[in-house]
Amino acid sequence: MSIDPEILQITVLSLQVSVTATLLSLLLGLPLGTLLALGRFPGRSFLMSLVNTGMGLPPVVVGLFVAMMLWRSGPLGDFHLIYTPAAIVIAQIVIAFPVVTGLTAAALQALDPGLRLQLLGLGASRVQMIWMLWREARLPLLAGLMAGFGSVISEIGASMMVGGNIRYQTRVLTTAIVLETSKGEFNNAIGLAVLLLIITFLVNWGLTWIQQKGAKR
Amino acid sequence: MSALVEIRDLHVRRGERSVLEVSSLDVQRGEVLALVGPNGAGKTTLLLVLARLLEPEAGKIVFDQRPLSQWNALEYRRKTSFVFQTPLLLDMTVAENVALGLKFRRVKKDQIPARVDHWLAQFGITSLAKRRAAELSGGEAQRVSLARAFVLDPQLLLLDEPFSSLDPSARAKLFGDLTALLAADHRTVMIVTHNLKDASKLGDRVAVMVGGRLRQVGSPSQIKSRPADEEVAAFLMDLPHIED
Repeated sequence: MSIDPEILQITVLSLQVSVTATLLSLLLGLPLGTLLALGRFPGRSFLMSLVNTGMGLPPVVVGLFVAMMLWRSGPLGDFHLIYTPAAIVIAQIVIAFPVVTGLTAAALQALDPGLRLQLLGLGASRVQMIWMLWREARLPLLAGLMAGFGSVISEIGASMMVGGNIRYQTRVLTTAIVLETSKGEFNNAIGLAVLLLIITFLVNWGLTWIQQKGAKR
Repeated sequence: MSALVEIRDLHVRRGERSVLEVSSLDVQRGEVLALVGPNGAGKTTLLLVLARLLEPEAGKIVFDQRPLSQWNALEYRRKTSFVFQTPLLLDMTVAENVALGLKFRRVKKDQIPARVDHWLAQFGITSLAKRRAAELSGGEAQRVSLARAFVLDPQLLLLDEPFSSLDPSARAKLFGDLTALLAADHRTVMIVTHNLKDASKLGDRVAVMVGGRLRQVGSPSQIKSRPADEEVAAFLMDLPHIED
């Protein structure tokens, strides 16, 4: 059995884009979610409301704003990112970042508030205290990571608008499914859809395995 | 010998309300000072201030002959250790929980097991070393919490009602063990309790707090025979029979 090189390229690009966007969202969302959960500063509630609203952002709206930013005449037009995989990564970060941030904040707020004081009372530095809180909330934090990945691997609107669905360049599984469906090539569309489901399952299976291994420890 | 802790004109407010007022209190080295008083007396607040987990609005605290303001906060917190009313263990084994503060202090790895084992034995929980914290009873968990504080060999040990969340049987056993340990350990300890009878067994001296203010410090018999004011007398009358 041989694999169509074009499908392989689309699959690899989909994974590269969505995994990169999810990891960068984690890099940004974990500290911000921690700050929102543990910090006390003016505007915290407002920021929390923004993040919670962002968790439900429609991808087409994200696509519209990111496209306006990256468009040649837009404020970031000089970077020539529109219709590149980097543009899709940026749009997917905008989608996944609030999900990871909001679920990080919720996971940390669900811990006993006394735990922070207890860790400090045992001589933990701030960094050690936060590290231990992340460790303690690792199961819901991994659930947040899965939700973030799920929100970007399955989205289509933003990828289509900022990536342009260009063959061999920015075509990912979701945009390829739309294209095949619009051409009436339902067999191809179903094949790609099954592939997307398998990839999503495999990534979440891996994360769930890590999560449940943590639960048994 | 000078006092380990000297407190002068300490004030803590919550909004407009004063929740703690201590005009003068010295805690001597090697002394066990028991803090007693009704709910809302400010006992826990005082311990939190002494652990530098709560900043007071005013007042001066001197620890080991240096004003608290001159201590680096982390360096100071590592001279103390705090046990809360509820054990607040982490999702790890008993031994890992007890080793936690040692790891925070970056104690050499090869020194940790012996220190952990010693305090697990002191609290009679050696057999629980590999057990997950979530699998422990309330009494067992509080023993782990105490071992986790003692293993750090703190200059000042702060115990906030360590028996309050336990059933009567677990409470009686832990009370007996802790009383014996404190008597043998010669460590500077401040322990909060509701009960003057317990305080008189645990502490060398007793400090009575009522309504957010420190009212009287002395031996249990002094406090019983000459209460400082009507509120202290009223608090004592509400208590079960006091043994000298």
